[in-house]
Amino acid sequence: MAAKNIMIVGVGGQGTLLTSRILGGLATAGGYDVKLSEVHGMAQRGGSVVTFVRYGEKVAEPIVEEGQADVLIAFERLEALRYAHFLKEDGALIVNDWRIDPIPVVIGAAEYPEGIIETLKKDYKVYTVNATEESKKLGNPRVFNLIVLGIAAQHMDFTVEEWYDVIERTVPPKTIDINKKAFDVGYHLVSE
Amino acid sequence: MSEMKKVIMLGNEAIARGAYEAGVKVSAAYPGTPSTEISEYLVQYKDNLYCEWSPNEKVAAEVAVGASVVGVRAMCCMKHVGFNVAADPAYTVSYMGVNGGLVIVVADDPGLYSSQNEQDTRMVARAAQLPVLEPADSSEAKEFMKQAFELSEQFDRPFVFRTTTRLAHSQGVVELRERKQIEDKPYEKDIRKTVMMPGNAKLRHIEIEKRNLELAEAANTLPINKVEMKDTKIGVITSGIPYQYVKEALPDASVLKLGMVNPLPRKLIEDFASRVEELYIIEELDPVIEEQVKSWGIRAVGKEIFTVQGEYSANMIRRAVLGEEPNFKTPAQVPVRPPILCPGCPHRSVYYVVKKLGLHVAGDIGCYTLGAVAPLGVVDTTVCMGSSISSLHGMEKAKGKDYIKNWVAAIGDSTFLHTGINSLMNMVYNNATGTVLILDNSTTGMTGHQDHAATGRTLQGDPAYAIDIQGLCRAVGVKHVTEVNAFDLETLEKTIKEETARDEVSVIITKTPCVLLSKGKKPLYIAHEDKCRKCGMCMKPGCPAMTRRENGTIRIDDTMCTGCGLCMDLCRFGAIELVKAGDR
Repeated sequence: MAAKNIMIVGVGGQGTLLTSRILGGLATAGGYDVKLSEVHGMAQRGGSVVTFVRYGEKVAEPIVEEGQADVLIAFERLEALRYAHFLKEDGALIVNDWRIDPIPVVIGAAEYPEGIIETLKKDYKVYTVNATEESKKLGNPRVFNLIVLGIAAQHMDFTVEEWYDVIERTVPPKTIDINKKAFDVGYHLVSE
Repeated sequence: MSEMKKVIMLGNEAIARGAYEAGVKVSAAYPGTPSTEISEYLVQYKDNLYCEWSPNEKVAAEVAVGASVVGVRAMCCMKHVGFNVAADPAYTVSYMGVNGGLVIVVADDPGLYSSQNEQDTRMVARAAQLPVLEPADSSEAKEFMKQAFELSEQFDRPFVFRTTTRLAHSQGVVELRERKQIEDKPYEKDIRKTVMMPGNAKLRHIEIEKRNLELAEAANTLPINKVEMKDTKIGVITSGIPYQYVKEALPDASVLKLGMVNPLPRKLIEDFASRVEELYIIEELDPVIEEQVKSWGIRAVGKEIFTVQGEYSANMIRRAVLGEEPNFKTPAQVPVRPPILCPGCPHRSVYYVVKKLGLHVAGDIGCYTLGAVAPLGVVDTTVCMGSSISSLHGMEKAKGKDYIKNWVAAIGDSTFLHTGINSLMNMVYNNATGTVLILDNSTTGMTGHQDHAATGRTLQGDPAYAIDIQGLCRAVGVKHVTEVNAFDLETLEKTIKEETARDEVSVIITKTPCVLLSKGKKPLYIAHEDKCRKCGMCMKPGCPAMTRRENGTIRIDDTMCTGCGLCMDLCRFGAIELVKAGDR
């Protein structure tokens, strides 16, 4: 098979590294060649961060380039808009419908774009969820990324059991149950 | 028996694993993105080897040199600019050669994800006459580490192991092997090789020139330099991560992939060049391979069409070589999202006071460099580790002691111990009067919370004497040393006013742990819509957890607020309230 290209974008501190570990573990367990690329260091301090995950028979470069992503997972609306052009023609865009103001917006030097989801829907297949609110209902706002991953799972090649396995192996033992629950919420969510 | 287990590993983790499998016994490093995780992964093998955080890269390199001299395999790890700090031992150990294999791992940062410049380690290594290996993925990172130690001992050369951010922070599949049992080499005193005074060094210089020629000759047949002959219309010489982009963009091209990028295998290159119609040299940053190849009279295309800045990509190579435009939708124009100080960061509070007092800041390397950007915008200069204190001193000597009352130096605890302490000694010695703020958050913050000489814990997790920074400043002769809580705005303001006015060197230590270190339940603040007068006072420090509602009142994002309380202290109308109890 041709390599499957996944991107995770968000704001530094939102847990993109955990998410990439889960996807990496998943693809490795599936017997694929896998490459991932992450952002560490300064950009993690509230900056725009992007993680690439590629898996297939043989993967060369560790990054996903413009126009090549099969699935783009965005943990924040503005970041979805920033990276949407990385998607393939028929790629799936999964957006956590949540807003975090970048500093130019905080200080009034720029406007946070209005109607991002509507704008994106004109050009892309968009699936949205307010995972941050949903995860608060589960009692831990930090597991929102598993809800988003749950939706992404609908567009990937792995079984629920495979996802559960990797969640169990990756997240801290005390949080396995709530992370699985969060994944379920996303996996069974019908959004368009 | 080999384990042959396949796992997915970060480039840096694979380097650590390679070192372990190669039988490394001593490793020293100072944290620096993108090299930091090597040591953090290496520590899992502490039953088999020793590893440490040293206060700076020069010390780390010298620790490794010592270990090599007495006959064990040793390494040190650093980012590219750290190699400058370690340049002094590196240039001379190059003359000495090795006893136990010696590898200097240096991580470059094309694209400046987390650095102050974009220098190319291959240039530095060439100047120091050090051989360089460069892997192209995690699997090679592990294997090449083992190669580096073998070659180091075989040719009696310390080796530089060059990586880049993309390699260091990419994961790939790696096959695990067992650790090699390497016997310690006997130490036999031979000062002609280990005491680099002129008479000895002169002879060593001749010797290493010879060794490098032998190595260059051997490079023609080393399996880490490999030729992949395909269509001969296009031939590419490349190495490291750009090799992967070449494979994506030009799958049918013939490729000479160099695993050793210094010295170059001249015969191999000449032969490859003669077999292809059009030769491209594709290397990120400087034209290191290209200039040498062209100097041999070989026709090739390189920096005429490829940039010396930033990272490459397959799309970029398709564009430059094939004239193909990749197909994708126009990117949206959106506000930038630069990195910022975290919600609850103690630096924000200190900088708020510094800004209020209208002071200039000679800055340094760490999270607090971010005080340079709006809305704080207080940092005037950032050069390199430790430079805040020494450049403040230079400003005073240039413009006088009254001028410097409008300035402070700002440096973190780890950076202070790295090289800042030397600069402070210089201030005391040369009768300076400036004021130094040590923003002590009890960790090496930007690189992800590493211990240092003042945290009381080693890399291996053992308890250690925690250097008392206050006592250290006093010991070098600073008479006025004050410690203040970073969130105590009143005391902080008073102290900075008093100390900058003083005609003697003074140090203010703002001691509050990094907000990311504090675990457990945190207090939380909310902004009452009805009491908010929209004055914007609370917004001045630029906390990312605070936004305005459509009606102009303030809203605090409860998923981001860490409960530092800075905004509440700034609100004059009682609109911000603590909702959950907890320690400040």
